[in-house]
Amino acid sequence: MSTTNVNGAAAGSTPPLREAASTSEPIKAIRLRHPWRVVFAVLLVAIFAFFVIDAAFRPAYDWPAVGKYLFDRRISMAALVTIELTVFSMVIAIILGVILAVMRLSPNPVVKSVAWFYLWIFRGTPVYVQLTIWGLISLIYTSIDIGLPFMTPWISFSTNAALNTFTLAVIGLALNEAAYMAEIVRAGLLSVDKGQEEASVALGMSWSQTMTRVILPQSMRVIIPPTGNEVISMLKTTSLVTAVPFSLELFTRSRDISAETFNPIPLLIVASIWYLFFTSILMVGQYFLEKRFSRGVGDRQTDKDDPTPSTGAITGVVPIVGAGQATVIVPPKTDAPDTTGDGGAR
Amino acid sequence: MSATTAGGVASLDVPMVLAEQVTKSFGSHEVLKGITLEVKRGEVMCLVGPSGSGKSTFLRCINHLEVLSAGRLSVDGELIGYRESNGKLYEMAPKEAAKQRRDIGMVFQRFNLFPHMTALQNVMEAPLRVKGLPKAKVESTARDLLARVGLADRADYYPAHLSGGQQQRVAIARALAMEPKLMLFDEPTSALDPELVGEVLDVMKGLAKEGMTMIVVTHEMGFAREVADSLVFMDAGVVVESGLPSEVLANPRHARTQAFLSKVL
Repeated sequence: MSTTNVNGAAAGSTPPLREAASTSEPIKAIRLRHPWRVVFAVLLVAIFAFFVIDAAFRPAYDWPAVGKYLFDRRISMAALVTIELTVFSMVIAIILGVILAVMRLSPNPVVKSVAWFYLWIFRGTPVYVQLTIWGLISLIYTSIDIGLPFMTPWISFSTNAALNTFTLAVIGLALNEAAYMAEIVRAGLLSVDKGQEEASVALGMSWSQTMTRVILPQSMRVIIPPTGNEVISMLKTTSLVTAVPFSLELFTRSRDISAETFNPIPLLIVASIWYLFFTSILMVGQYFLEKRFSRGVGDRQTDKDDPTPSTGAITGVVPIVGAGQATVIVPPKTDAPDTTGDGGAR
Repeated sequence: MSATTAGGVASLDVPMVLAEQVTKSFGSHEVLKGITLEVKRGEVMCLVGPSGSGKSTFLRCINHLEVLSAGRLSVDGELIGYRESNGKLYEMAPKEAAKQRRDIGMVFQRFNLFPHMTALQNVMEAPLRVKGLPKAKVESTARDLLARVGLADRADYYPAHLSGGQQQRVAIARALAMEPKLMLFDEPTSALDPELVGEVLDVMKGLAKEGMTMIVVTHEMGFAREVADSLVFMDAGVVVESGLPSEVLANPRHARTQAFLSKVL
């Protein structure tokens, strides 16, 4: 009351902290120079430009052929097959990976050991070898029988007829990938605080509810980034299914075409451009997925949306039931909490 | 233990919690060495004692988060974690155990709110999924509960955007949403800044006034003196002393209680 402030009632007891802090002089000093940064940058740009210009005029790259085959029907169909291989095997691998991860965390030692054994086999052998074995599966198991062991089967059909090379390629890729996915999912499940499980169990939620509603959504934050890497890696691993042998995907198809044209370089570039195109799309998708699953964690929008200094920091005074005191906090936005940041994701 | 102040509900003789010689060991380490106590309907009991005395473990035994090694524990006349028929005990299936836990609310030291859900979603989750109640009804109840703990305007906030005290009040609302007959508080204010303790204790006082049966593990002696009907002092896995809070706090009989209280009061 003793202050001469005219609108003292409005300002109340709020001390003008921010204004006091901003009165100090900005530092005026000669900036430190980094001449070597400039030198290296110029050098790198020069080397890069040299390679680009050189590549543009080097006849072996045969750019007209690249342009000709880039949208060749055989190539774009093969690109589609590559996508199919990636999607099918990744979906199976993720489902199987979740099952294996839950098995590894099981209290049952037999279940745990089976999962461990699976991982040991499929992570311990090269995927190329595995794909080759899958290609030869009809030599090992000539027929697929459904029925009871050691009895005449109810249904029986030959392996060759039942499983085409595409199916075998998907099985081979998926079973191998599942082993890696299992480890990723397991790490994700273990990353969730034990208290979360306790809280949901204490509320009377069942194991499956706890898993699907509480643990898995939170572990997604840890699972998504490496899974995105796995999808990208899978897209490229599909080029190995030639071992089955399955030949309709991008890499094998472009090799087959170049075997006719005797001009392999441009077709390798065509295949690379397609792979790069797909991985770029996947990277963008991964970015948005990561954003979606980091809801409520680590987004520091509160600081960005701070009220302007003139309004003062104290804007949210929350009345407490039956309390003689009040909590003072700075909300992200006083009026509309829904509009903060990525409203679409909520 | 049984020294409740008010007459309570005389017609219902079954105590809310009845513990007989409750023992719990982790490996060879015996944490609870035969706890026997009784909590009446509507009673507020405070469990105090040094850390490691087993009070949190005992609390967790009550809703079967920990499995007893020996002894018996029943809530509202119902044996916890086991079925008894023909004098034999049968371990409960997870489903049955979950059913028992629905009626027992628990508030944790570290809140344990679901970080990927807003305050409102946290409160709505269990009535929706566990009880399967219609969404509109659950939401209006949840909003009422949030208003009751003074957080009506924070319904759409994620836990990360709430202060510790606000988070703990949401956690209390979440537990109340299941309409429990018993509330367990495991050091509900220990993880809070001192200035935020009051708001949580006020909510708890309100609950006590409404007649909720509560067991509170706490270091807040002021709260125990003001709100509790009984106070139990535990040390090294045994009940050292119990009685009216005013009596135990003013005239502790045991040397161990005296030593502890002289440090915290």
